[in-house]
Amino acid sequence: MRYLTPRKRAEGRGAAHHGAEHHWAMTVSSVGLAFLVPLWLYIFGSALGDTREAVLATFSRPLPAILTALVLVVGMRHFAMGATTMIEDYARGTNRKLLIIFVIALSWVIAATGLFALARMAL
Amino acid sequence: MADAKRAAPASSGGRPLSPHLQVYRIQMTSVSSILTRITGSAMMVGVILGVWWLLAAATSDAHFARVDALATSWFGDLVFTGSLWAVWYHYLAGLRHLYFDAGKGLDIPTAEKLGWACIIGSVVLTVITILLVQ
Repeated sequence: MRYLTPRKRAEGRGAAHHGAEHHWAMTVSSVGLAFLVPLWLYIFGSALGDTREAVLATFSRPLPAILTALVLVVGMRHFAMGATTMIEDYARGTNRKLLIIFVIALSWVIAATGLFALARMAL
Repeated sequence: MADAKRAAPASSGGRPLSPHLQVYRIQMTSVSSILTRITGSAMMVGVILGVWWLLAAATSDAHFARVDALATSWFGDLVFTGSLWAVWYHYLAGLRHLYFDAGKGLDIPTAEKLGWACIIGSVVLTVITILLVQ
């Protein structure tokens, strides 16, 4: 007779070992991005191909600047956490750690660069 | 399927094995799942080019002229169009996951229809977006 329940034997045996908070954070950021991304695509796509003066004018306005900042911060967190899940499925040991550190660092560098550019254009 | 059952070793406790890639039949549910990962990763190329372009615009006329030439070249068009499709596919697949998380659409016929909806819908939304931002 087994004394452990099937759930108890399965818990912590997945690729990441745990992940309820991770899954919830992805749910929250995905809902946020679902509202942010369509309008942002329109604003960014319209600005692409403009002269530098027109681009500076666009991203000096509150809505394009705030929307781009939100897409960068929420989007890069969503990317870092999603890529972490993918790496946990395919890599092990030190490789896994190095790859996860790399995608988190990359996502912060992209977000910081974008925020710096926005601050410089808007202020 | 009888072969798959016989192949399950005792060490697996009789549970089904992971798909065996050499005899794996491709299906809509697996393709739509893999595409979600590929698009989520691949769109970073467009994000990096876009952020670089914003940084150039914030920096100087000379820097902007260089990066804008790349961003609006055939290479830039390819990257941004591909990333746009990737965003829309990932967007629809994400909505599908929220629907799945609510415990709905998990039967195979519905999941396959939703997979096709993601692929066709993403192409339609890509075309609409390009027409809107012209």
